[in-house]
Amino acid sequence: MDNKNLKGWLYLLPAFLFLGIFMIYPLIDVFVYSFEEGYNSASQTFSGTGLYNYSYVLHDPYFLQAVQNTLLLVGITVPLSTGLALLISVALSSIKPLRNLFQTVYFLPYVTNTLAVGLVFMILFKKTPYSDGLVNLLIQTFGGDSVDFIGGPYWAKMFVLCFYTVWVVMPFKILILTSALASVSQTYYNAARVDGTPRWRIFTRITLPMISPMVFYLVITGFIGAFKAYSDAVALFGTDLNASEMNTIVGYVYDMLYGDSGGYPSYASAAAIILFAIVLTITCINLLVSKKHVHY
Amino acid sequence: MKILLQNLTKKFPGRGKKSSSEVIAVNNFTFEIPDGKLVGLLGPSGCGKSTALNLICGLLKPTDGKIFFGEDDVTNLPPEHRGVGLVFQNYALYPHLTVLKNITFPLENLRGADKLSREEMEKRALEAAKLVQLEGLMDRKPSELSGGQQQRVAIARALVKSPKVLLLDEPLSNLDARLRLQTREEIRRIQRQTGVTTVFVTHDQEEAMSISDMIVVMKEGVAQQIGRPQEVYDEPVNLFVAKFLGTPPINIFRGQVSGGRLYIGEEAVLALEGTTDREVTVGIRPEGFIPREDGPLTCHMTRVEVMGRDISVVSTHPCSATVSIRSIINAESMVDPDARTVRFSIKPHKLYLFDSETGERIPFTARVC
Repeated sequence: MDNKNLKGWLYLLPAFLFLGIFMIYPLIDVFVYSFEEGYNSASQTFSGTGLYNYSYVLHDPYFLQAVQNTLLLVGITVPLSTGLALLISVALSSIKPLRNLFQTVYFLPYVTNTLAVGLVFMILFKKTPYSDGLVNLLIQTFGGDSVDFIGGPYWAKMFVLCFYTVWVVMPFKILILTSALASVSQTYYNAARVDGTPRWRIFTRITLPMISPMVFYLVITGFIGAFKAYSDAVALFGTDLNASEMNTIVGYVYDMLYGDSGGYPSYASAAAIILFAIVLTITCINLLVSKKHVHY
Repeated sequence: MKILLQNLTKKFPGRGKKSSSEVIAVNNFTFEIPDGKLVGLLGPSGCGKSTALNLICGLLKPTDGKIFFGEDDVTNLPPEHRGVGLVFQNYALYPHLTVLKNITFPLENLRGADKLSREEMEKRALEAAKLVQLEGLMDRKPSELSGGQQQRVAIARALVKSPKVLLLDEPLSNLDARLRLQTREEIRRIQRQTGVTTVFVTHDQEEAMSISDMIVVMKEGVAQQIGRPQEVYDEPVNLFVAKFLGTPPINIFRGQVSGGRLYIGEEAVLALEGTTDREVTVGIRPEGFIPREDGPLTCHMTRVEVMGRDISVVSTHPCSATVSIRSIINAESMVDPDARTVRFSIKPHKLYLFDSETGERIPFTARVC
């Protein structure tokens, strides 16, 4: 190996060291843990290797609940937030006056403190002995019965969780999409106008394909982000997510490690590997779909 | 379809907060484009020629004036109802669509009675492609085509819906020199073949002169001269037009008319009548010089450039407004390249007089002296 090559590796060494210690080693370790049966964290011993951890996790009703919640969350929030963000960005780029103001307003959630957001949602949705929350007030005004969104039926809680997630992830998507829209050259629109292209067709045949790489990027990162959701649920429903039926896969992993029923790194690892497999599959499907519909 | 522009004016609001002055891009432009002709809008950058084109196609609305297509007033008609095909300077081909899809794109917008079946669309697209000699490239993406091919796709896309008027915005400026020559012939051929009234914008006078039936020379939003290329070249109405047309450019001298003679410096180069004694700007086309031992105009020789068929004599004169004088003469005339001075007599019809203040042409008749 010549001198120059050696120097190159030397420069890469710090990054390699950090990645190795904090990323690659833990990843491999999780994989190894997930196959170690009867692991005891106090004595750091295990009784054998096999698939028992996976079988346990997959038969755990809490895990199945968490998977159901996560899939619902992903399935609802990713298309909804991306679609809404697209709608808002298109609207934003078609207005001139007050555009900057609206852009700032839409971006505010991104820079707002999570606790402040939690408080806002509390005021909106939480039922207390003194008040039913703002949303219930609205529902009552229109003659409906008030719903306990935080401690009530499953669908109400899921609605709040999805609403919260969409609201939190939208600003970033709007930011990305407005800049993507701005980068589409005006001449394409002029060309389409001269040919008498209806607005809807301009959007689907020109605008959308032109910004498709960015939309695709948002969908992929949106999927991954939603699969990793945990803190949002905690912010809304507290730490005992299993009790409120609102746990997510990452929440389950956390509970298995540190929660009240915790101390089972093997189960946690198995759950984490299952999550990894799901995300990998979805991302691969995304990539396959994108080959056909994304134009670089 | 003949096009009539009547007192067309387009003003843009001034940019920036401080300058409230508006920019007049096109100023009181009146012009009739006869049916089936190829017309070149010619002028330097920023003269308003592209604005004029955008007004004709309807992407811009005039501040004042009217536009007629045939007998119809289309001033307030949006572009899609004018029946125009527009070729953009950068082609504006949709990068994610194939050549075929790009060409059929305008057809897919047709609705109601004009609606076409997929086969019909592809047939029309293929006809258009054949016209611009693009068959065989229909499945490619624009990024897989050369500049000239992209240009032809853009033309095919503009032609496929059989527009009444074809508009080309700087159609050749993104092509290399050889391709430019080829493509301009191509544009001429396509225009002849389809007989569609065509307006194209260019800053290249050679391009405009070579293929246009008519040219419009513009400057600062005002049409300076409208006419057949040769006509405009031979009879420029002012100094700007004279300077703008012709390669090599016209040679400019400071001169004086006095007692029926035109003086450049001390030398009387021409006897003339029909004009009063005054200071003038003299323009002489490069081909207007005849080298003669006893010629009236004495220049200091810089060098002789041999170009085969012609030779180009580069010289200087104290009264010249340009750095050097360039004259094109027949290679058979003998010019001694080592001589220190060269004397010319001038062809009177290649010499123009302009008012030294306004630049307007001063008519005169040459007299044999």
